[in-house]
Amino acid sequence: MLHIKCPHCGMRSQNEFAYGGDASVKRPELNKEISDLEWDNFVYLRKSLRGKHLELWQHISGCRQWFKVQRDTATHEIFKTLKANEDI
Amino acid sequence: MSQNFRLENIGLINRDKKISFKFNGKNYFGYEGDTIASALLANGVHLIGRSFKYHRPRGFFGSGVDEPYAIVQLYRNGESIPNIKTTEQELFEGLEATSVNCWPSVNFDIGAINNFLKIFLPAGFYYKTFMWPKSFWHKVYEPFIRKAAGFGVASIKHDQERYEHKYEYCDLLITGSGPSGLASAYSAAKNGARVILAENNPRFGGSLLTSEVNIGNQTGREWAENIITELKEMPNVIVKNRSQVFGYYDHNMLVMSEKISDHLPKTKKYSPKERLWYIRAKEVVISSGSIERPLVFGNNDTPGVMLSSAAKEYLKVYGVLVGKKPLIFTNNDSGYETAIEFKKNGIDPVILDTRKDPKSEIIDEAKNLNINIKFSYVVVVAKGYKKVKSADIAKISEDKKELGTIENVNCDCICVSGFWTPTIHLASQSGNKTKFNKDIDAFVPGISKQNETTLGAANGTFTLEETLKNSFDSGYELSKKITNNDNKISFPIVVEKKSTEHDKFWCVPLPKGKTYKRFLDFQNDVAVSDVEIALKEGYRSIEHVKRYTTLGMATDQGKTSNLNGLQLVSNIENKIVPEVGHTTFRPPYTPVTIGTIVGREVGKHSRPTRKSPMHLWHEKNNAVFVDAGVWLRPRYYKQGDETLFEGSKREAKNVRANVGVCDVTTLGKIDIKGPDAAELLNRVYTNAWLKLPVGKARYGVMLREDGIVMDDGTTTRISENHYHMTTTTAQAANILSHLEYYLQIVWPELNVNVVSTTEQWAGAAIAGPKSRDLVQKLFPKIDVSNEGLPFMGYVEGELFGIHARIFRISFSGELAYEVNVESDNGNYMWEKIIEIGKEFRIQPYGTEALSTLRIEMGHVAGSELDGRTIPYDNSLEGMVSKKKDFIGKRSLNRKAFMAEDRQKVVGVVPLDKKTSIPEGSHLVKDADAKLPNPKLGYISASCWSVEYDNPFSLAIIKDGKNMIGQKLIAMSPLKNKTIPVEIVSSHYVDPKGERVRS
Ligand SMILES: [Zn+2]
Repeated sequence: MLHIKCPHCGMRSQNEFAYGGDASVKRPELNKEISDLEWDNFVYLRKSLRGKHLELWQHISGCRQWFKVQRDTATHEIFKTLKANEDI
Repeated sequence: MSQNFRLENIGLINRDKKISFKFNGKNYFGYEGDTIASALLANGVHLIGRSFKYHRPRGFFGSGVDEPYAIVQLYRNGESIPNIKTTEQELFEGLEATSVNCWPSVNFDIGAINNFLKIFLPAGFYYKTFMWPKSFWHKVYEPFIRKAAGFGVASIKHDQERYEHKYEYCDLLITGSGPSGLASAYSAAKNGARVILAENNPRFGGSLLTSEVNIGNQTGREWAENIITELKEMPNVIVKNRSQVFGYYDHNMLVMSEKISDHLPKTKKYSPKERLWYIRAKEVVISSGSIERPLVFGNNDTPGVMLSSAAKEYLKVYGVLVGKKPLIFTNNDSGYETAIEFKKNGIDPVILDTRKDPKSEIIDEAKNLNINIKFSYVVVVAKGYKKVKSADIAKISEDKKELGTIENVNCDCICVSGFWTPTIHLASQSGNKTKFNKDIDAFVPGISKQNETTLGAANGTFTLEETLKNSFDSGYELSKKITNNDNKISFPIVVEKKSTEHDKFWCVPLPKGKTYKRFLDFQNDVAVSDVEIALKEGYRSIEHVKRYTTLGMATDQGKTSNLNGLQLVSNIENKIVPEVGHTTFRPPYTPVTIGTIVGREVGKHSRPTRKSPMHLWHEKNNAVFVDAGVWLRPRYYKQGDETLFEGSKREAKNVRANVGVCDVTTLGKIDIKGPDAAELLNRVYTNAWLKLPVGKARYGVMLREDGIVMDDGTTTRISENHYHMTTTTAQAANILSHLEYYLQIVWPELNVNVVSTTEQWAGAAIAGPKSRDLVQKLFPKIDVSNEGLPFMGYVEGELFGIHARIFRISFSGELAYEVNVESDNGNYMWEKIIEIGKEFRIQPYGTEALSTLRIEMGHVAGSELDGRTIPYDNSLEGMVSKKKDFIGKRSLNRKAFMAEDRQKVVGVVPLDKKTSIPEGSHLVKDADAKLPNPKLGYISASCWSVEYDNPFSLAIIKDGKNMIGQKLIAMSPLKNKTIPVEIVSSHYVDPKGERVRS
């Protein structure tokens, strides 16, 4: 079980959190004309990389904030956690 | 039976307390502090079970967690527990145990015939022998294997015992209370660290319990006792015996099973049987010691062959002689320690040492005691079937390839020592890449991966002085890092006998012309020849050899067999062991009961149960409940001996004819506030929300970004910047997270707050043609006429002095209202509705009637919004705005979603108007078509239409819009039904929706 530092609450066990996917994915702006390919990439295409991964988690059994976690997908090492509006 | 093998003046058992127990139906006695193994050995019992494959007789090989074969079925307090290690299970009064894997009895076992048919059972025998013909597998091979193989029997009874889970945090977790564990715990605790010391045995001290050493002016055992006593009294230390740390997970999370009551005849009141600890440690000290390695020779699985360290432990801890004519077979000095203990207790052992001329203090002591020592000697084969009776021994050449003349010597046990294997499981589980240490022919931990430090024998350090020194230092350094304290304790003087190098030789060659089985894995019956076959057949990876031969795959996970297996592969392959590598160590280190893992989360405790404020009323009025997610909802209110079908039909009819009331508290509710609330709704729902006036509700559909319908519900504008959203019961939590995601991550510029209010409001849906009359009586001050409160209107009022929200919304398709009050007043509201509703013939209705009402109205719900359908499929395309953008809109342009013959929801009526169509039935054109019969669609929901008094179903069917009027066949192979049906509109009742607006 991972030990994750919520940027708002501090160190907590993984069972208080929910995983939320790749944090680098940007939703296309509303009302913007985009190609099928662009939209398809946004909806379906995710890197499944080995190594450092910036991802979203939500502290569902805590402050309910979504935040960013930089984690090694192979070793589970967590390098950094950031608030939603912070960049690495 | 008398205890012929028990000595008078030695051992740590409590001789004042006799304990009687039964093994295979026969009565024995032992003492408090005995294990089943020590007590049986004291009684001279060596035959304990049969082996897995060949059903060869099995005795005791070890004395603890490493035991590969002395396992039994245990009976305790009415429960039956399989695969209990006799070397670990402590005796309690009335204990009963039976052998496993033998039939009809341990002395006459039919499966032993496998031993003579061994041609059929070589390495990979499962894969080879039972492959063909295919039809034989199910009826012949599998039942045969199941009967003949397998160990204990799992109980099918519900486990009445209580197990619990506990979370703990500490600075240092120390896994094992031998010299390294005690020293590091003591110096860290003295330096102010919060320490947990875990010992899997009942007794603390590890090797100090049996070794002849002095620490300071005390014996090793006394020193251990004093340290433990002191640690137990320190407030910053938790000391636990019978507690095995069995798993090392990410971020220094370790898991430990504590056996609280297994050694008692019965679990005490208010106490659990076992407890699972989740321990998050800042630093971990792995002080798990080492396990002696077997030497491999012919028939080395015969009962009476055992580890020399086990023989020593039985003697020194339990006062039990494992034999009176022991043969000690060793390649290192450890065997001498056992021999010396025998000699001191009046038994004359013979030592066979594979080494030519070793010299050390221990060997000198043995010589001085006049012990018969034969150097350059080996055991070739053990003789005796159910017990060792003698051994063929021989001199071995210096290159260890040639055997001299075979001699037969009488003996009643053979104690073997093939040197020591560090217990590196936890270090390896933490991610530590282990390295091979040539000096000890074994793997030791490499560079630490997590915050773990391995000390003592587990790290390949076999002298006490070095172990204690390293451990005192480590305990101090590790604790200093955490506490910043600087209290260092002085290091005691250690007196121990020096030993010399071990011999790398471990596998005795076969004499010419002999085919004795030489076993590596005693539990799974894997012999040297099996590994040889696997290699001959081309298996190279050690992981493949393991699976093909099943080496190390039994319940002991190869604690005694792995390393010898590796050495064998490396010898044959002419490689060095580190190139072969070892197989992966996975948790649990030793078997853990399922009960411990599950803990308190059993039966109705496996998840929370949520009840509405009206639950007691429902109970009192004979509600039959159904699980709706974690909620309990009334399915119907049973009158007399009504069935579900009859009861729900009565309730639904009453809604259509008079008025009904349904508890809708479980619906998800989200309170939405902020100046941008309308904008948020406009983006998450498919329809337009910017112009919804205050005091109005609107139905909305939400999509995922991939265009699939996620949820539906109504949202009401309470005031300018305040909305009340409802979701389906099942999706409530997901929708809240969904909204939070878009507000916090995607559109943080929107000024909106969302919060769940599901539990804050109790809800009652009042539906039926007489609902208006009832609601008017409940709220005499409010105008609830069609003009005063039109369809989708909202008003607040007072229900007999209680604040209430009144929504004119309908799920049943009837004229209907939904009343919400604060949860605490829910029951009051409900009772008032029932009381005032009497004159309108009100009846409560449950989820079954609710389903009937919505199905015959063609309202889609969870069974249609199943995560595979888009708005069009549910005939909700009218809800999709063409003008504005929203979540998932772009996906609706996908080709498949726009296809002309896209699936769509329709109604289905059986032609005979009698036969109910099972949900999940497939719709096909021709019941007799060639298989696979092309499927056009499926039945998503079925009910008995109370409006028309015949069965009615909803279906999702390809090209649904052109299917109305078609005659098809509904087939349910599961229910064995073939029903001719007609496709009709999904809006079976009131297709124009006039009633809700009336
Ligand atoms: Zn938090």
